[in-house]
Amino acid sequence: MIFLTEDPIDINAAYGHIQTGEAGAINFFFGVVRNNTQDKAVELLDYEAYGPMAVREMQKIADEACRRWPVLKYVIIHRTGTLHIGEMAVLIGVSTPHRGDSFEATRYIIDTIKQTVPIWKKEQFDDGAVWVQPTP
Amino acid sequence: MNNPHNVLLFGITRDLVGQNRLAVQLPDNSRVADLMTVLHQQYPTLAGIQSILVAVNSEYADADQILSPTDEIALIPPVSGG
Repeated sequence: MIFLTEDPIDINAAYGHIQTGEAGAINFFFGVVRNNTQDKAVELLDYEAYGPMAVREMQKIADEACRRWPVLKYVIIHRTGTLHIGEMAVLIGVSTPHRGDSFEATRYIIDTIKQTVPIWKKEQFDDGAVWVQPTP
Repeated sequence: MNNPHNVLLFGITRDLVGQNRLAVQLPDNSRVADLMTVLHQQYPTLAGIQSILVAVNSEYADADQILSPTDEIALIPPVSGG
């Protein structure tokens, strides 16, 4: 399951989606809005996506993860719009038979999302705003 | 006159141009690289962004891909999701 949403992310619904009898491990990654960047206070983040392409690119990443690891089920949800400090911007969940694969697949998915998926965030400070530059 | 190519703008490219889409006139059989040359001429501030990629019909496109007026074209500045 992959989608973008303007609404808060429902962790329990995400868990229910990837829980399955064959799974011995379910791993989640949550990306949340931090209150600072390079020692500067962040007030909120605005997320913008090129929706149809973002979903396609996330699907490619999920397909590749399923090719590399024995993924049983996965869920990727990314917020758009205005998010405040502490809010969850992205959720990735992966279920696998054993724990190592779920860790690795989740890490691969979030790392690759940050490289290829057309989503942008703008940091709002008390004295202005700036589009975030990619970080390795 | 040919039909214009519609170009969607996101993130910093939208802010720099001040619009979320552009209609760009290009000669027939123009390529992605030709589009970027025209855009850099018309909007010189775009040249200040390190790497703008171009998507055609929601797929990343190479510089030599030929554009059609029916394509959905988008400028993809450096992404920062997650």
